[in-house]
Amino acid sequence: MIKPIIAGLGLAAVLPALALAECAEVSQGDLSVRAAWSRATIGTARPAVFYVTIQNNGSTDDRLTGIETRVAGMPMLHETVTKDGVASMPHADAIDIPAGKTVSLAPGGYHGMLMNLEAELKEGESFPVTLQFEKAGEVSIDTEVLPIRAREAACGVAP
Amino acid sequence: MLKTIRIALWIAVAVSLVVVGVLLWRADRQEQAAAFRPAFSLPDETGAIHTTEEFKGKYVLVFFGFTNCPDICPTTMSEVAQVMDDLGPQAEKVQPVFISVDPARDRASGLDEYLAAFHPAILGLAGDEASTRAAVESFKVFADPEKAASAPGGYTMSHSSSLYLLGPRGDWLRQFEYGTPADDITADLKGRL
Ligand SMILES: [Cu+2]
Repeated sequence: MIKPIIAGLGLAAVLPALALAECAEVSQGDLSVRAAWSRATIGTARPAVFYVTIQNNGSTDDRLTGIETRVAGMPMLHETVTKDGVASMPHADAIDIPAGKTVSLAPGGYHGMLMNLEAELKEGESFPVTLQFEKAGEVSIDTEVLPIRAREAACGVAP
Repeated sequence: MLKTIRIALWIAVAVSLVVVGVLLWRADRQEQAAAFRPAFSLPDETGAIHTTEEFKGKYVLVFFGFTNCPDICPTTMSEVAQVMDDLGPQAEKVQPVFISVDPARDRASGLDEYLAAFHPAILGLAGDEASTRAAVESFKVFADPEKAASAPGGYTMSHSSSLYLLGPRGDWLRQFEYGTPADDITADLKGRL
């Protein structure tokens, strides 16, 4: 009787810590890249999304110029622009990562658009994405596939 | 004498009924003139037509979008799903409706399956070009196939990204701009329910 309660309490203490698990983080040069996530897809007909947080710890500006991943034949950088209540998502040639700043690809703003999916993205899986930076070069990070209803990274994201 | 009084009373009743009737009629006409009642008449995936009329008595949350949009459409549908969960039993009084502005492609890729992944209560509607345009114009929103080689199918879509709330009589109540937290929408709805 007591044991399950203790186990339950233990689990209750551990679960929030797990839920706010540390994000996978990859550092290269002045940049650190973390909190890479995507939403599960239904089949491969619709494009998937890629979100990530990039921190520039250095004193020189850098730029994200492209992304590559084996899960999509046509990955691209997009920016959702909402003007007068109307949203569109033009292609972004590059995303500035200014010195000392943190930039997030996040819902409603910049996103990686993963078109021509090779396979369905299933919740709980992960896939690698390589980010191409003008100065820091290529950085690969493991991207978590979250539920289709996810609105943010599963690990705590610094704003 | 008594008979005269009785007749006079009946006349008074009749007159007051007419007066009340006229007042109600005028109030209704004024309200109709004041209220903006956007409308749609669009098929779901099975082909059954749904109209705004059908949801009289409920609050209707309308979103215009397309399922090939991987960023703000899923984000908004997630917020709506959260609202429906948080409303609990009161969710019965709220009908979320997703109107496709890319109906041909959305029908082909399975609108219902997609929306059900967010919440089973969300009704997906995808008409033909004319009925879609009629709905877009009635809501005074914007949706336009935008030529862009960067999107699958050769184009992406500019579209109004707010959620529109219709009242139980079909009148337009307000919009929630993109990014309105689910909690705020839930609080607004609970204040009305
Ligand atoms: Cu996009």
